[in-house]
Amino acid sequence: MRKLTALILALMMVAGLAAVAQAADLSGQTYAIITKSAGNPYNEREASGFEEVIKAAGANVIVKHPAQITAEAQITLINELVAQKVTGIAVAGNDFDALETALKAAMAAGIKVVSLDSAVNPASRLTHINQAGVVEVAQALVDAAYDLMGGEGEWAILSATATASNQNAWIAAMQELLKDEKYAKLNLVEIAYGDDIYQTSVDETQALLQNYPNLKLINAPTTVGIAAASKVITDNELQGKVIVTGLGLPSEMAEFMGQGSVACPYMFLWNPIDVGRTAAYALLEMVNGELTGALGESFTAANGVTYIVTEAGDKGTEIIIGPPFEFNADNIEDWKTVY
Amino acid sequence: MTAHPDRSILAARNKSLKSVFMRWEFLLLGLFLAINIMNAVISPYYLNAGNLFTAINSFLVKGFIAMPMAYLLVLGDIDLSVGSTVALSATLLGVSYNAGVPMGLAILIALLCGTMCGLLNGLILTRFTELAPMIVTLGTMTLYRGISEMILGSQSTGSFHNVSWFYQIYYARLGPVPYLFFFFCLLALAFGFVLHKTIFGRQLFAIGSNRLTAKYSGVPVQRHRLICYTLMGLVCGMSGVFYSSWMGTVRFDIATGYELEAISVAVLGGISTSGGKGTFPGAIISIFIIGLLGYGLGLINVNSQTILMIIGLILIAVVMAPNLKTRRKPGIKTS
Repeated sequence: MRKLTALILALMMVAGLAAVAQAADLSGQTYAIITKSAGNPYNEREASGFEEVIKAAGANVIVKHPAQITAEAQITLINELVAQKVTGIAVAGNDFDALETALKAAMAAGIKVVSLDSAVNPASRLTHINQAGVVEVAQALVDAAYDLMGGEGEWAILSATATASNQNAWIAAMQELLKDEKYAKLNLVEIAYGDDIYQTSVDETQALLQNYPNLKLINAPTTVGIAAASKVITDNELQGKVIVTGLGLPSEMAEFMGQGSVACPYMFLWNPIDVGRTAAYALLEMVNGELTGALGESFTAANGVTYIVTEAGDKGTEIIIGPPFEFNADNIEDWKTVY
Repeated sequence: MTAHPDRSILAARNKSLKSVFMRWEFLLLGLFLAINIMNAVISPYYLNAGNLFTAINSFLVKGFIAMPMAYLLVLGDIDLSVGSTVALSATLLGVSYNAGVPMGLAILIALLCGTMCGLLNGLILTRFTELAPMIVTLGTMTLYRGISEMILGSQSTGSFHNVSWFYQIYYARLGPVPYLFFFFCLLALAFGFVLHKTIFGRQLFAIGSNRLTAKYSGVPVQRHRLICYTLMGLVCGMSGVFYSSWMGTVRFDIATGYELEAISVAVLGGISTSGGKGTFPGAIISIFIIGLLGYGLGLINVNSQTILMIIGLILIAVVMAPNLKTRRKPGIKTS
């Protein structure tokens, strides 16, 4: 009897293992993510979310950082991935149009392609994973400037590279919103570019402070820029005189936020890990499910969330994850350990 | 000066050129083969002609620049403005095309722009011979880039691929081999021939070995330098055209770092930055050594930054090797 029980148990285990293997045998599939640059904490969080989902699904994952923040360096990586016959590619584009031929060649080779964070043009992708709608982000940033400056005064934008498509889309949308009568007294004096390099961003911040003595606010919609600007303001003890806001990583910004007189009263972001995860879910669904990235499609991912493919501002399609989230003195302590 | 006949500069130099650098190219060729074998072993995807030429084509765009750069280094000169010249030429191509100029004419404008940039470098350096080429071209590097940024700002200029023959310049292939590769080979042969088989080429070496001696021997030093800088500009304009055909779109910040890559391959090829030494085939082989090494390591997904480090280390090691063997003869270089 005992032998029989053991045998049955053993058989059940084997059957169970086989079932698991059958349910998700993706070990022959390889998914790759190409970031904008190495050493960009935001991009690295995206990559980690992507990696986590792909590994959990049982497939292989490749994370590639280009040697330079250029489309050219990314094309090199795309060509390498096409040569390796990977299954899917998620890319945060350094240029809207320049990756087109390389990504089209990838898709022609049967590779599924989505962009995340910074979009590539609709012809180069099946869909785009958008952390938040462009207008929602721009609205949040402009309202923050209006609120923190008391409705009037000089302010500047500290952006990343002049070529980053997400930055340019937000800035264009902000400029559009600023035409409203409500913001007439907000005087945007300069758009500076810190190239998403810490030292360059520090230098640009110092130049802004020097050139505009009446500057009341620096709005940096980039994680590198906002941290650099906050550091300069704090070092020069200008807290409260020049206010910093924008989009930042809680873990990097916690020291400049919180109670009392701080460089940055509040800022926004979404969860970059979720952006990476969603890109991974979308690619997995494209390869193993029905998703094609066409307008109106939807799918429910392994995390239980249903994602909907909507129309993007560039006439392509996109999957929007959610509105930007506000980090302030009350919640920064909880979030700084998350990412 | 030449008390010992066997220590005469030219004799010593000829001898060392022949004996050391014949072997030097042999060593590079060996390195080239070793890298190919290594790549084929580490990645099953390496030996695929189509993909291989896709990779080769992408580094040939900057590879062209190494040819006139080799000339300049032989002269004892240098040009750091090449990346910016590529960007400015491509910018003018894009802006004129999008302003309605026919693509053929836009290409001519780009070539003319490159030539002018090179000519300006050459004119400054030959009119004011006491100026250091590194400083002057560092200046024009930011100048040309700045003009390009003034024209384009943060915008890109593109849609070149709407002109299908223009798209074909970079992408057209004969079987797996891009026409660009054939053109590269032809141009390399021409550059190599001129440098090693013509009087003009010998005179470049003479200028690089000792500019004063060359001048007193009747070599038109400044004219030759002007020609080489202008040629450099023309090739940069060409590279800008190829870049535009490749990407289909142009921004002001393209082609950054091309100057260092062109100088690196020339130096790896055995061309001395202090002038008068080196052979052309070495530089050409080196373009492929660095390019294919990067591609092979990329295929096994080695981190891009690590690849750059590895290439840097190889560069240092390879450049150090002959210096350990042949200590330089007593100082003979004057400007």
